Amino acid sequence: MQHDQKYTGQDFKVVGTRPNRPDGIDKVTGRARYGADMSAPGQLVGLMLRSPHAHAKIVKIDTSRAEKLAGVKAVLTSADLPDLTNGNAGDYATLENCMARDRALYDGHAVAAVAAIDKSTAKKALKLIKVTYEKLPHVTDVDEALKKGAPQIQPACDGNLGGRYEFGHGDIEAGLKEADVVIEKSFKTGQTHQGYIEPHACLATVGPDGSGELWVTTQGHFTYRNVCATLLGMDIAKLKVTSSEIGGGFGGKTHVWIEPVALALARKANRPVKMVMSREEVFKGSGPTCASSMDVKIGAKKDGTITSAFIECRYSDGAFPGIWGMLGGMTAWACYDLKNCKSVGVDVLVNRPKVAAYRAPSAPMMAFGVESTMDMLAKELDMDPVQLRLKNVAREGTQSSYGPVYGPIGIEPTLEAVRDHPHMKAPLGKNQGRGMACGFWFNIGGQTCSDLNIGVDGTVNLTVGTIDVGGARASLSLIAAEELGISYDDVKTTIGDTNSLGHNDTTEGSRGTFSSGMATIFAAREAIEVMKGRAAQMWGIPVEAVSWENGHAVATGAEHGNLPPLSLKEIAAESPKTGGPIAGHHEVTADGSGVSFASHIVDVEVDPETGRTQVLRYTVVQDAGKAIHPDYVEGQFQGGAAQGIGWALNEEYIYGEDGCLQNAGFLDYRIPVCSDLPFIDTKILEIPNPNHPYGIRGVGETSIVPPLAAIGNAVSNAVGVRLNQVPMSPPRILKALEDA
Amino acid sequence: MQVGLSGPLRAAANGEASINIEAETIRELLNHLLERYPAMQQHMDIGIAVSIDGAIYRDNWATRIPEGSEVFLLPRIAGG
Repeated sequence: MQHDQKYTGQDFKVVGTRPNRPDGIDKVTGRARYGADMSAPGQLVGLMLRSPHAHAKIVKIDTSRAEKLAGVKAVLTSADLPDLTNGNAGDYATLENCMARDRALYDGHAVAAVAAIDKSTAKKALKLIKVTYEKLPHVTDVDEALKKGAPQIQPACDGNLGGRYEFGHGDIEAGLKEADVVIEKSFKTGQTHQGYIEPHACLATVGPDGSGELWVTTQGHFTYRNVCATLLGMDIAKLKVTSSEIGGGFGGKTHVWIEPVALALARKANRPVKMVMSREEVFKGSGPTCASSMDVKIGAKKDGTITSAFIECRYSDGAFPGIWGMLGGMTAWACYDLKNCKSVGVDVLVNRPKVAAYRAPSAPMMAFGVESTMDMLAKELDMDPVQLRLKNVAREGTQSSYGPVYGPIGIEPTLEAVRDHPHMKAPLGKNQGRGMACGFWFNIGGQTCSDLNIGVDGTVNLTVGTIDVGGARASLSLIAAEELGISYDDVKTTIGDTNSLGHNDTTEGSRGTFSSGMATIFAAREAIEVMKGRAAQMWGIPVEAVSWENGHAVATGAEHGNLPPLSLKEIAAESPKTGGPIAGHHEVTADGSGVSFASHIVDVEVDPETGRTQVLRYTVVQDAGKAIHPDYVEGQFQGGAAQGIGWALNEEYIYGEDGCLQNAGFLDYRIPVCSDLPFIDTKILEIPNPNHPYGIRGVGETSIVPPLAAIGNAVSNAVGVRLNQVPMSPPRILKALEDA
Repeated sequence: MQVGLSGPLRAAANGEASINIEAETIRELLNHLLERYPAMQQHMDIGIAVSIDGAIYRDNWATRIPEGSEVFLLPRIAGG
């Protein structure tokens, strides 16, 4: 059934409140089951053998000694994973990344796997596999990889160019001629990992009839099912995937890594196989975000009007081409109303792991270049940086830098909120600096399917297929309660397995509450139609004479108006005698997601002796469209800012001359801990998305976009020298001070 | 109606930044686009998103395009 998705501006009774999340007690008591918490009788332990070389030809793999070891039940190489991808380049890249074929393309690339009765035996078996490598020249730096003569990583690519994407409008050269001031600067960002605490883990079973089951930590169990079935030649309907609780994903659990291998091992061994990545494997063998290198040029008139804006950003995709340059190119100038702008996103192959999405993928790098240069321009013009941005801000009706004309958007209100925030007026001390920056992200919708079932006691089971990565079960329970007119406590939301619902796209692109929220609204409305029919039956009146108000069926019209309303619980109690179970169901392609903007303020103190930066105060202002559960909206704002702080100050993949990763662990790759962070203050703005009944926009990603630049601006203001490379680690700050 | 093309799609449409196509739905729009510019198939395989009056549609090809709408074609967007 088609429903009108347009925003209606309805008043809310339950939505917007802050009840406890339904999964909270399980998580704090340890009862919640994550990827590694499931076991099966007779299960084996699966382990992966990984390349110690950055780039090498695999001459031969001898598994004979491992196969003979007592307790080993299966050994796997690429020979066990034939190419069934039917010419699909993306699927083939996934297959090759899960298990190297003729070449190992990065340090940590999987080359073989074993399944054995215990971990100790599996480890011994790995040592017995003899791989003969022929080392090849490697390249891990994004700019070096584009130079003539650099080692070529994928034969099908032009050098190591994975793709080049241009966006914009107008004439940037003509715009430069109009400019009174031109600022030009180059920037770099380090490669970072999403840093989810739970490693990749799964339990795979394949029966003799070819039917399989996979228990897995993932952001998209339907996608995992489809990809694994394709790679292994299984029928989609014969592979049931159940998602565990997820201990963080942030984009890194949108792709398969060990899962097809675990299923292939289980099929070969005819026993369940459990695989759990070590932290070192997570760093080396899963998908971090890109490193980047970029050049920015902005021209402006003396009054601050930008006449020309250009950026080219080169993204290191790892060993396989991705869409990261394209995504970054679309986001670069999205906050501004520009007559002449151009952004170029370039995908570059390097001998590093296959990059995966990381929260607003590619946007933080572009924002670092753009928003840093905006601050440099403000300084040159002797203009307040917020005023400069407001002078050029995009509004409803502006042609975006990526093409379309904007509908109602929130960048101007976020900037005004920043301008008026007490944080901006608080005094600063010695060695302290303040910075601000803006950010943009698209958000997406996608395929979604939800079921809502009402028990005879009037409580409600809502089953959705989008993974709950940040409190979505609470938000969706609120939405169901709002629609049905019942208490939040009467709704229990669970994530269904792949056999229980139609396809749901992966929880990525900040789509979970937007799309499952829409499906929940319409599933509830369908259930209400059923209940109106049941009430009409109980009263013996036409269904047309029944309306639904505040959780009750109400008889309308002069003829029936004296009938007392029937509550949802009363109707549910009678359901066995009025037609059986009461349910609502909805499937939808939830398009029309609203774009999202944020502006951040940060204060830092830099120790000039050590170069260490302490974040003193941080404020996030972001447009949520409608905050269904404000606690979890604020949690997303804070989480993105915290990850951005780590990216800005500490986090970075460090490669040696040998092309091998030198800091594959949390001791040497330092994500922020509590003592590194102040309380992150938030301000939620609500500019409704016109294409969602409740006005919802995605909120999960935009908050990681501004921090790199906001902190860069703050540090530069604190030390008086422009920092143009993240992470702004103590040695880099000291060097910048020395060079000044 | 005039349909804007974002940078990466222009090469497949002989470098045009904007083209004229008559269509009532996204499906009709994309079908006519492909008939006229077969090179657009490579972008269709990866995915094309359609912006209608600023709202982005990635998948629902049955979506009607209101008369007078601002229509812009983009590469398909993903996220984390």
